[in-house]
Amino acid sequence: MAETSTLKLKAGRPKAMLPVKTHYCPGCGHGVVHRLLMEIVDEWGLRGNVIGVAPVGCAVVAYHYMDIDMTEAAHGRAPEVATGIKRVRPDRLVFSYQGDGDLAAIGTNEILHVANRGENISVVFMNNTCYGMTGGQMAPTTLVGQRTSTTPKGRSLIGEGPPLKVCELLAGLDRAVYLERCMITSPKEIRRTKNAIKKAFRVQQQEKGFSLVEVLSPCPTYWRLAPAKCAEFIEEHLTKVFPPGLIKNTAFPDAV
Amino acid sequence: MAKSERVLLTGNQAAAEGAVRAGCRFYFGYPITPQNDLPEYMSARMPEVGGTFLQAESELAAISLVHGAAAAGAKVMTTSSSPGISLKQEGISYMTGSQLPALIVNVQRAGPGLGDVRCAQADYWQATRGGGHGDYFCLVLAPHTVQETCDLSALGLDLAMKWRNPVLVLSDQQLGQMMEPVDLPPMADATLQDPPWALTGAAGGREHHVIRSYFGRPGELVEWNRQIKAKFERMAVEEVRCEEVDTEDAEVVLVAYGTSARLSKAVVQRCRQRGQKVGLLRPITLWPFPAAAVRALAEQGKRFLAVEMSYGQMVEDVRLAVEGRAAVDLLSTFGGEVPRTADIEKKAVAMLTATGKKR
Repeated sequence: MAETSTLKLKAGRPKAMLPVKTHYCPGCGHGVVHRLLMEIVDEWGLRGNVIGVAPVGCAVVAYHYMDIDMTEAAHGRAPEVATGIKRVRPDRLVFSYQGDGDLAAIGTNEILHVANRGENISVVFMNNTCYGMTGGQMAPTTLVGQRTSTTPKGRSLIGEGPPLKVCELLAGLDRAVYLERCMITSPKEIRRTKNAIKKAFRVQQQEKGFSLVEVLSPCPTYWRLAPAKCAEFIEEHLTKVFPPGLIKNTAFPDAV
Repeated sequence: MAKSERVLLTGNQAAAEGAVRAGCRFYFGYPITPQNDLPEYMSARMPEVGGTFLQAESELAAISLVHGAAAAGAKVMTTSSSPGISLKQEGISYMTGSQLPALIVNVQRAGPGLGDVRCAQADYWQATRGGGHGDYFCLVLAPHTVQETCDLSALGLDLAMKWRNPVLVLSDQQLGQMMEPVDLPPMADATLQDPPWALTGAAGGREHHVIRSYFGRPGELVEWNRQIKAKFERMAVEEVRCEEVDTEDAEVVLVAYGTSARLSKAVVQRCRQRGQKVGLLRPITLWPFPAAAVRALAEQGKRFLAVEMSYGQMVEDVRLAVEGRAAVDLLSTFGGEVPRTADIEKKAVAMLTATGKKR
C-alpha cells in the first residue's frame, strides 16, 4: 500500500451522501451521479429545501444513499409524483431520478406531459441502454444489434424499432426549456455533467419550465465490459446514437 | 358560493364541495362519465379557494399526482368511475403501503370492461378487498343521498388524514348525477400543514424523511406489514358505521347501500304501511363492513335480503357475517339495470311468508 501521509484529501464524501456502502456494481454510473447531486446539495445548502423522487430500477433505494427527503414512485410515474410534490411545495427544489426503462418505456406518458406542461421540476435521466435491476433486458434505448437478455440475437430494427432519443423527443415541446445530454467517461465529462445538473436546478429555481439532464451511463455487468471498456463503448458507439451536448436551451437565451 | 348555505347540487358536485369544506386544496382528475361534472366543478372551485386543479393525462397520472401531493403533506382528492378506478389500483396499493392519505371517489358504472355509463354496484369487491395487489384495505364510505355524499366526502378526507390511508367514497351513476338540496358544512381551516412524516425538505438538521413501500432488508417488510396490519385492525374496530331502519321487530332485513338503499327505504315504508315487518340495515362503511350489527340481527332469527346491482358481491359479506345462523337471499340486477321497488317488495314479502327454515 502506497504511503498516503503526504497526500492531502481535497474532496471526501459529500455530507449529503449517507456513509453507507451502496449496492451498485463496480463501475456503475449511479455512484458518480448520486455524488454529483449530493455535492450540489452541500454546495448550495439545499438539504432543507430539496425533495427527490426515486425510480424503480437499480436506483430504487437511492434514498438510502441521499440524505434528503425522498419518496419512491411506481415504475415510470416519478415525473408526476414529483409534480404533485412541486404543486404542494412550489418553493422547494424537486427532482426525479430515473433510468431508461422507467422514463422511456413505462413512463413515456408521464415524462411527455410533465415536460409539455413545463412543470418546474428537474429530471436526472440515467441512460445505460438496458434494464439493470431485472437482469439486463432490452430497454427503449438499447442499440440496434445490441444483445440483451430479451434480444439474444441483438435488437432488431424491424420488430423492435430503433432506440428512443429522449432529449430530441422532448425538444419539440415548448415548455421543455433545458435539455442536455452528458456522460461521465472522464473527469472533464463528469464536471460537465455536474454543471448541467446545476443549470437544470437554476432553470427550476427561476421557474422557467421543465429541465432534464440525460447521462449516458455505464453498465459493466450487462454490457459485459470492464468499466474502462464501458467508457470506450460510450465514447465510440453510444455518442453516435445519442449525441452528447446541449440539445435545447430556451431557458437562458443569452447564455451559451 | 351563494349567501345561503343550502344549495341544489348533483351528487358529484356535493362530493367535490364536501372535500373543499374539509380543507381539500388539491384535486387531480380525468374525464370519465358519469362523474365529469365533478372535475368540471373543481376546475372552477379550486381557484376560488386558492387551491390547485389539474386535469391529468390519465387516471394513472392522476393517482401519481395524488401520491406526490400526499407525500408533501397535502389534503388531496381524485375521482373517477369504475374503469378509471381500475387504472388507479397500482397507485392506491403504493399509497397504502407508504401510509399516505387521500380521498378517492368512485362513481360506479356498469362493466366489466367499457360496459356502459349507467348505474352499477359491481366495484364492491374492488373497493373492499384492496383492489390492487398486496394485503391492504381502504376505508370505504357509501352515501345514499346527495347530502350524505357531501358529508361522507368531508368525513373521508378527515379519516384519510387521521389514519394516513386512502379513503374511498363509493357512489354510483344515479347518485352522482341526481340533484338534491344540500346543507353545506362550514369551511374548515385549509392551511397546508407540515405533518411530522411529510416531505418538506430536511430543514433544521432533522433526519431525512423517506416515503416508501419497498422494504428489501431482511425482516423489514414483515415488521412494516405488522404495523400496517395493526392499523387496519384498529380502523376496523373504530370506524364501522351503519344505519338501521325498522330492524327491531323485522322478520326480513334488507341489506343495501347507495342507490339500492334508497329503493330499499321506499320498500320498507310501503311494507310497514301494510303491517309487514320488513326492515333495512344500510352499511355506511363497506369496509369495515358492519358484520357485528348483521350478526346481532341474525341471532334474533331474522332473514336477510341483499339488494345490489351486481351478480352478488356485498351479499358475501352478509353471509360471512351471519356465519350460517340465518337465511340470506339476493336480489341482483346488472348491466346498468336498476332494481324496481316492486320487485324488491315482492321478494321481501315472499320471504316473510316462507317457512323460515334456514338454508
